[in-house]
Amino acid sequence: MPDLSRPYDVLVCGGGNAALCAAITARQHGASVILAEHAPKSMRGGNSRHTRNLRALHPAPTEVLTESYLEEEYWDDLLRVTGGKTDEALARMTIRASQHAPGFLKECGVVFQPSLSGTLSLSRTNAFFLGGGKALVNALYRTAEKLGVVILYDTEVQHLDARDGFFTEALVSHRGFPERIRAKAVVASSGGFQANRHWMRQYWGDAADNFQIRGTPYAQGRLLRDLLDQGAQEVGDPTQFHAVANDARAPMEDGGLAMRLDCVPFSVVVNERVERFYDEGEDTWPKRYAIWGRLIAQQPNQRAFAITDSQALHDYLPSVFPPIFADTIEELAGKLGLDAGKLAKVVADYNASVVPGGRFNGQKLDGCRTDGLTPPKSNWARRIDRPPFHAHPLRPGITFTFLGLRVNDRARVLMADGKPSANILASGEIMAGNILGQGYLAGFGMTIGTVFGRIAGEEAAKLARN
Amino acid sequence: MADGMLPRSEDSEAIQHARRQMEVCNACRYCESYCAVFPAMTLRREFTTGDLTHLANLCHNCKGCYHACQYAPPHPFGINIPATFAQLRQESYSAYAWPAFMGPVFERNGGFVTLVAALVATLALVLTAAIQDPAILYSAQRGTGAFFRVIPLWLMTLLAGGAFLFALFAMVMAGRRYWRATAPGLSVGPAPAKDAALDILTMRNLGGGGHGCNDLDDGFAQHRRWFHHAVFYGFLLCFAATTTGFFYHHLFGWKSPHAFLSLPVQFGTWGGVLLCIGTAGMLWVKAVTDPAPVARQLLGGEVAFVALLFLVAATGLLLLAVRHTGAMGLMLALHIGLVIAFFLTMPYSKMVHGMYRGLALLRARAEQRKARG
Repeated sequence: MPDLSRPYDVLVCGGGNAALCAAITARQHGASVILAEHAPKSMRGGNSRHTRNLRALHPAPTEVLTESYLEEEYWDDLLRVTGGKTDEALARMTIRASQHAPGFLKECGVVFQPSLSGTLSLSRTNAFFLGGGKALVNALYRTAEKLGVVILYDTEVQHLDARDGFFTEALVSHRGFPERIRAKAVVASSGGFQANRHWMRQYWGDAADNFQIRGTPYAQGRLLRDLLDQGAQEVGDPTQFHAVANDARAPMEDGGLAMRLDCVPFSVVVNERVERFYDEGEDTWPKRYAIWGRLIAQQPNQRAFAITDSQALHDYLPSVFPPIFADTIEELAGKLGLDAGKLAKVVADYNASVVPGGRFNGQKLDGCRTDGLTPPKSNWARRIDRPPFHAHPLRPGITFTFLGLRVNDRARVLMADGKPSANILASGEIMAGNILGQGYLAGFGMTIGTVFGRIAGEEAAKLARN
Repeated sequence: MADGMLPRSEDSEAIQHARRQMEVCNACRYCESYCAVFPAMTLRREFTTGDLTHLANLCHNCKGCYHACQYAPPHPFGINIPATFAQLRQESYSAYAWPAFMGPVFERNGGFVTLVAALVATLALVLTAAIQDPAILYSAQRGTGAFFRVIPLWLMTLLAGGAFLFALFAMVMAGRRYWRATAPGLSVGPAPAKDAALDILTMRNLGGGGHGCNDLDDGFAQHRRWFHHAVFYGFLLCFAATTTGFFYHHLFGWKSPHAFLSLPVQFGTWGGVLLCIGTAGMLWVKAVTDPAPVARQLLGGEVAFVALLFLVAATGLLLLAVRHTGAMGLMLALHIGLVIAFFLTMPYSKMVHGMYRGLALLRARAEQRKARG
């Protein structure tokens, strides 16, 4: 049993990458640290468990990153995906600090690898964790334990006692028992609220019941809500989330990366009314995969179907669940529960509009397009006429929510009066909305978590000393 | 995932588990840099029974993929490649054993190996004691041909040599059946053969790219790799000891016991020491490792095999220690008995993993070259 009667210097709430980076850094700066992870040990690590890489600035090639990736290009990439919904000062600080993130993680025992197959060609910009995020999480926990961080599993931080932004103690549920933890500073690294359906329903109504939560079911947003209710400033659109096209048959929670489907560019996608609703070939999949979750979320019953034929089977990464096969489009419609006549017409209209003579190339924008079709398919348009036909049923898979706590450049949470809290800090998904107001840049969540985790840990240790 | 799964065909449960797990792995691919299994997996979209048998035998049981897996238990997908592949390997040992009626001994392998070892060792002791003149057996034998005054050379050669040749033949036959079933029509050039040989000699798949495997838990270490090297090279040294001894005797007429600094005794001594360290180390790893990714139903056979190897090496070293005393006779009988038992069980114990692993590495290298074109 850990000693909960003594006061600690720093309490870290959460158990993913951002929490661990904060805990390790605070401990390295001499603070006594206790970390409360909501999940049991076997499911520890929050969404970090499902991640794979982090995006890092580098002026020259490193062991695992090719060429170079400099501040201006990084910033441009961020500006493009966020449409300007970012805090430039915080963002640039994060980008500059990202250069040192892989080195810090390496010192904590994380092993990196050069990227190989099926990774959306990120070997220049992103450093890959050998074995993925769970291996990273394992290494960080080992390091934290070795340094003497007290780790509590099955421990949810439910409420922070704070007056005018000054935190004194936390109310937690530790293995089902109510406990209090006193600390001189607290770091909130407990993620977003995407797994809290009740909260999601406030914005999305019944549709929220059909959202698959790709990551940890422990992202309940309890601490986020608690701090917002106590006057912490919020940032990010509460209704918005990052989502991808997931297999409709995936588990409703924790299905992870392997449930995403990459078949969209090589298919026509229809909703339950058997209508196409977006250009499947608008841009390369790495640039478009993140909009399809939202698109499907806006369809009736949050369902869609990617329809294609035998030619496409090897153009995308294999799916965990096999596609649904049929010898005719009508039979396929029957198996999917769609109107057979309508689906046959959608496919026939599409086939008739495919501009002949194009040279199909699944690896790049190939200009194989439709003519006179609404919406158009701008690339990879190839007639769907070679049985067996096949279909993948789709649902939105939610990765994270954008709502968060506003922070300053020292990771201090800003209160309603605009002043930073005396001793409440935040790192990771719970504050990512400051920098990533919308959209997503692959591997950037882990970058924000590592950079702000380290800042929060350092700052918390400093606050505890004074 | 195990219990709720509907059978897809006549395949064994382990094959069905393995197929499902590979379908998840092939969509995830986070483990691509751990070992040869995952690059071999990505060459496929569908997994035949032969493919799965091949991948299972390619697996070195480093457990890296288990500890890194976002879908490991208690996740509902319950991905546990090390345990599933271990079971599959055992089933393939059983399926390709020669003669085929010996296949079932892999199912209760701990009992089988222990029984054969106990029987043969006891028989060797009892027969030696019963037949040999006590005046010779229990007195210190010195000088040329000391060992053969206890057990005649022709008998030793007949029994141990015969058992060894039989084992070799049975394993080659099993290997042929395995290769035909899992890699039909695959041609292998000298280049992949060289790659595979290096894979075997360095055990690079247990290196995890330099940082090691998850031998004991989610931390990285190289214990198993070094202990296995000790066993492997210790075994080769002991083999070299026997071979040089054979040539000394038949080519040069130099008869044992040889001097301590002679080649056969040096090879045998260091080989025996390495074998003892390696096998004891392997047993230690098996005892303390995180049990979650372990196929516990197979532990009996594995422990019996490693323990027998330890006993062979330990009695060999003891024989060296007591060879000039009256204890030599019985120690020799015990050692020879254990060696014969080891050879007899070779094609029907964990020892076969070396052959199947070697063939799997060869196939993986050949396929890799082919895929690169």
